[in-house]
Amino acid sequence: MNDVLNLVLAAVILGLAAWTIVAREAYAAVVGFIAYGLLLTLVWVQLHGVDVALTEAAIGGGLTGALLIGAAARLRSTEARARAERPGQATRWLAAAFSAAVTGALAVVVLLLPVPAPTLAPEVVAHIAVTGVGNPITAVLLAFRAMDTLLEAIVLLFALIGVWSLAPDRAWGGRPGLLQPVDPNGMLAYAARVLPPIGIVAGAYIFWVGADHPGGKFQGATLLAAMWLLVMMAGLADAPPTSRAWLRWLLVAGPLAFIGIGVVGAVHAGAFLAYPEGFAKPLILVIEFALMPTLTLILGLMLLGAPRRGETS
Amino acid sequence: MSAILDGFTVVAVMTGAVFFLAGTVGLLRFPDSLSRLHALSKADNLGLGLVMLGLLPHVDSVAGGLKLVCIWLLVLLSGSTASQLIARTLQRGGSQS
Repeated sequence: MNDVLNLVLAAVILGLAAWTIVAREAYAAVVGFIAYGLLLTLVWVQLHGVDVALTEAAIGGGLTGALLIGAAARLRSTEARARAERPGQATRWLAAAFSAAVTGALAVVVLLLPVPAPTLAPEVVAHIAVTGVGNPITAVLLAFRAMDTLLEAIVLLFALIGVWSLAPDRAWGGRPGLLQPVDPNGMLAYAARVLPPIGIVAGAYIFWVGADHPGGKFQGATLLAAMWLLVMMAGLADAPPTSRAWLRWLLVAGPLAFIGIGVVGAVHAGAFLAYPEGFAKPLILVIEFALMPTLTLILGLMLLGAPRRGETS
Repeated sequence: MSAILDGFTVVAVMTGAVFFLAGTVGLLRFPDSLSRLHALSKADNLGLGLVMLGLLPHVDSVAGGLKLVCIWLLVLLSGSTASQLIARTLQRGGSQS
């Protein structure tokens, strides 16, 4: 029974992937991609990678999907012109051959992997006790490979600066996004009043259980950012001007705390980002708490886009 | 007793699946967007509701059952909000296709 389900899942995912490539309109391709991401979540659940499934659902399907829908909506007016200048037959065949070669090479590499695959999982399980956290994923992300997580947070910050830098000069430092018309009795305003309490509790819960169970700051922050965006889309609150000092401090607070703790580790434990013995769990918690608002703001602001209005509108 | 509960589960989940099937057929075959929305909401509301109802006898705890009901209510809320937004866009003269 499970095999049948897996086969159907694989077939539908391949079909959706093909659809995303051949769809003529950007919007149709984006819809295909979002469905693809959500089905990929099911694949990760089938593989018992619940942490990855949560991240894929929140970031891969949800957040990236919303970003792509925005991009497709903006590209709509130029789409006809872009399609008019199709590349020549030779270029398209070359691109197809190159893509097929990459796929083939990936397939060969995957098939040639040694069985059993080389893994560090036993090492993680053997040493997880010293970190004080119960979820091995969290232990890897914030203790054994904390450097990767730090760089990830900094990359997100750079991405947001990149988005902001697309602002026209007169709107620099202003509010991102368009001013939403308020319809206080509308359905969206109703949803924006009912959903956030539930979403905030769920986000905080996913963040908090991340220490011992699947979950964590990224998934929790995505939920919180979604609730924030919902309130702004319904016109119940306006986006903050990007020049506000509190906003910018919160944006760098997470990475700064992370680096600060790393330096403390360099002095007291002998290596950058090493935790002094016995302090691993509290320090991991401090980093998580500092990163949470930073990630929420970055993810939300990234979806809002570049500043487009002055501070006072 | 457990045979009756199992029978209830089978009937409820199957009926829910029929609503999903009907909703999908409607989504593909109905001529205009408003009727398609109508077909889709049947799958969301009744289809998922019946599947949820069928699973209720098999949950381990009261909290588990409440979670199932909450999931259904949340889908109801988001589904009706999205339908309302799409319908309003149509009314204001969005694309008719």
